Amino acid sequence: MTSPEPTAAGRYPAGSAAFPHRDLTGLAGLAPWEILFLLDEAEQWVDLNRQPHKRDDRLAGLTIINAFFENSTRTLLSFEIAGKRLGADVVNMHAAQSSVKKGETLIDTAMTLNAMRADAIVIRHASSGAVRLIADKVDCPVLNAGDGQHEHPTQGLLDALTIRRAKGDFGKLTVTICGDILHSRVARSNIHCLTTLGADVRVCAPPALMPSGIEAMKVTPFHDFDAALDRADVVMMLRLQQERMSGQFIPSPREYRHLYGLTLERLARAKPDALVMHPGPMNRGIEIDSTVADLAGRSAITTQVEMGVAIRMACLDVLTRRARGVEGWA
Amino acid sequence: MSTPSPTTITNGRLVLPHGEPAKGALRCADGKITAIGDVVPQDGDRVIDAKGALIAPGLVDLGVFAIDKPAFHFGGITRAALMPDQGVVLDKPSAVRFAAQSGKPDLWVHPLAAATKGLDGADLAELALMRDAGARAVATGRRWIADSGTMHRLLSYCAMLGLVVVSHAEDAGLTGAAVATAGEMATRLGLPSAPAEAEALAVARDIALAELTGARLHFRQVTTGKALDLIRAAKARGVAVTAGVTPAHALLSDVAIGDFRTFTRLSPPLRAEADRRAVLAALADGTIDVIASGHDPRGPEDKRLPFADAEPGMAGAETLLPLTLGLVRDGLIDTARAFALLAAHPATLLGVNAGVLAVGAEADIALIDPDKPWVVDSDKMAATAGNTPFDKQGVQGRALALFKGGAQVA
Repeated sequence: MTSPEPTAAGRYPAGSAAFPHRDLTGLAGLAPWEILFLLDEAEQWVDLNRQPHKRDDRLAGLTIINAFFENSTRTLLSFEIAGKRLGADVVNMHAAQSSVKKGETLIDTAMTLNAMRADAIVIRHASSGAVRLIADKVDCPVLNAGDGQHEHPTQGLLDALTIRRAKGDFGKLTVTICGDILHSRVARSNIHCLTTLGADVRVCAPPALMPSGIEAMKVTPFHDFDAALDRADVVMMLRLQQERMSGQFIPSPREYRHLYGLTLERLARAKPDALVMHPGPMNRGIEIDSTVADLAGRSAITTQVEMGVAIRMACLDVLTRRARGVEGWA
Repeated sequence: MSTPSPTTITNGRLVLPHGEPAKGALRCADGKITAIGDVVPQDGDRVIDAKGALIAPGLVDLGVFAIDKPAFHFGGITRAALMPDQGVVLDKPSAVRFAAQSGKPDLWVHPLAAATKGLDGADLAELALMRDAGARAVATGRRWIADSGTMHRLLSYCAMLGLVVVSHAEDAGLTGAAVATAGEMATRLGLPSAPAEAEALAVARDIALAELTGARLHFRQVTTGKALDLIRAAKARGVAVTAGVTPAHALLSDVAIGDFRTFTRLSPPLRAEADRRAVLAALADGTIDVIASGHDPRGPEDKRLPFADAEPGMAGAETLLPLTLGLVRDGLIDTARAFALLAAHPATLLGVNAGVLAVGAEADIALIDPDKPWVVDSDKMAATAGNTPFDKQGVQGRALALFKGGAQVA
């Protein structure tokens, strides 16, 4: 696969003006060129990651702390690999092993990490806004690896990169996001990212899982999955937590599949070459059938994981440029 | 405490129950107001020249969560009705008796008795014993009583005892763990939210039960247009229901919670702009009877947290007066109505002889410069914590001096 839209000089301002932010706490409010800049930066890392020797030492000597206050395997691993491939010293802090459980406040934990002179801190936390709160208290760049139901910006970026490499110009695309929109930070970051880049975004969920006022985020809400899929270029399925399928929000898993499961039959309503995406981990046989998830040439689910490492390398590189004194960024 | 010497305040503008403030003087002796209007100081009086300031009744703040004397005195508040949600819940006569004495002599605290034991919403507390220990009304606390049977029994019992029931109007089932009002802002921020209709649902049920039992019902905060419509209609058909609000819900919408500022985390949460405008309309047309501070100072341990993990509440005592006077400056209400909302109506609800300038009333008096400009600064508040949603905002109006029972306390 090659990028149909190669990096073009002049799409964004030179030097640090291309991404004039210290932190990446969300995609809301970013300019289109700021997002495109990060996507373009990630392309080189996609190429490097496909080489046998996957190493660039530009972050050598820098310490990156992955502070995960909420359990994660995939995102944590992705950030760890990204940091290590750039030569940084990567340290992981799991909430389960930390003093957070002993009653230390989030701010105190942040100040402790700050005092250890991290060069970048990657944070995941169960509460919306928690990453911004920490970012305001520390001296180094902060990357949001997911805060509550607010944002998961690197997921939004890696999804956009995946879509761009397969489909090209966002302005011509219809993207359908289906699942638990209400509780999903992935949905929010994707909505911000894709609408900013000009895509037509549809969101689909039963009323109880559709947030109020979502139209204000420039998306079209649907309850009927078939209608939402009609002529879509990209179908992005979201994970539904098991505990929400036992009567509180959804009567049962099989009833959810009946209305919102992506089957081969349903997929046929989208464009014939529609891309299938899922941020993982999947509930196979519930929100997505295995036949769809494993559909060669259509399912981009493993590509998303691959793009994730590249995007996180790009973000770590870009956000540490000022501290590293990179020309045009210092 | 020795009885304060008789005092005459001259050269002021008297805030009377009706009309614009009128030039005049006021004399008090033995803790009571003895003369108002064209008053000449008597021999031996302490004479205070008001220099044109407003001579107004001391504010009666209905529904505070902490006894915070410096903040109350800064804000011109001489009496505060204390919510039962304390470290030791005000659900026993001993706790009520202690609270009632806790501010005297320079601040009178009127305890609100917990409606149910432990404020758990299930079993009625000893309301008659607490009344006789000094409770001036009954309150459901920070929460609504979800069980309609319990609320029915509470209201009928309080109707017999002659106690006002102060209710918190949010349907708990709909509200759940929400920390914001459902809408664009909560959706963008990814915060747990509930529809604003949670308030109208609670108000509708409580009004129906008040009508059934003949109880006096006061909603401490009514913040949505739909709930205010229900109260307006109930009042029109003669139901004994009243409504209060804090300046926050009159002046801020949920736009203020952007950036996850926990000082704007309130209960009930800030509402949509249309509801904020409905609150202003209800202040103007008389549907809302009381403006209170909801004073709830919270330090960093409660507020320097992610939005949903922070405790709700604001330090409101210092800003109550200037923000209400702002409504006068905006032409929404006149000065007389401002002090009806801040003093006379809450005093009536609590059944205390204060809240108006009248001969024979308690000499609780504030001298106020309604125009004095100042900037609210959360770092420099008199309150025990600076959690104000109006941080760095310019306001006008300040208490210059405060008298409780004729004695100067600030």
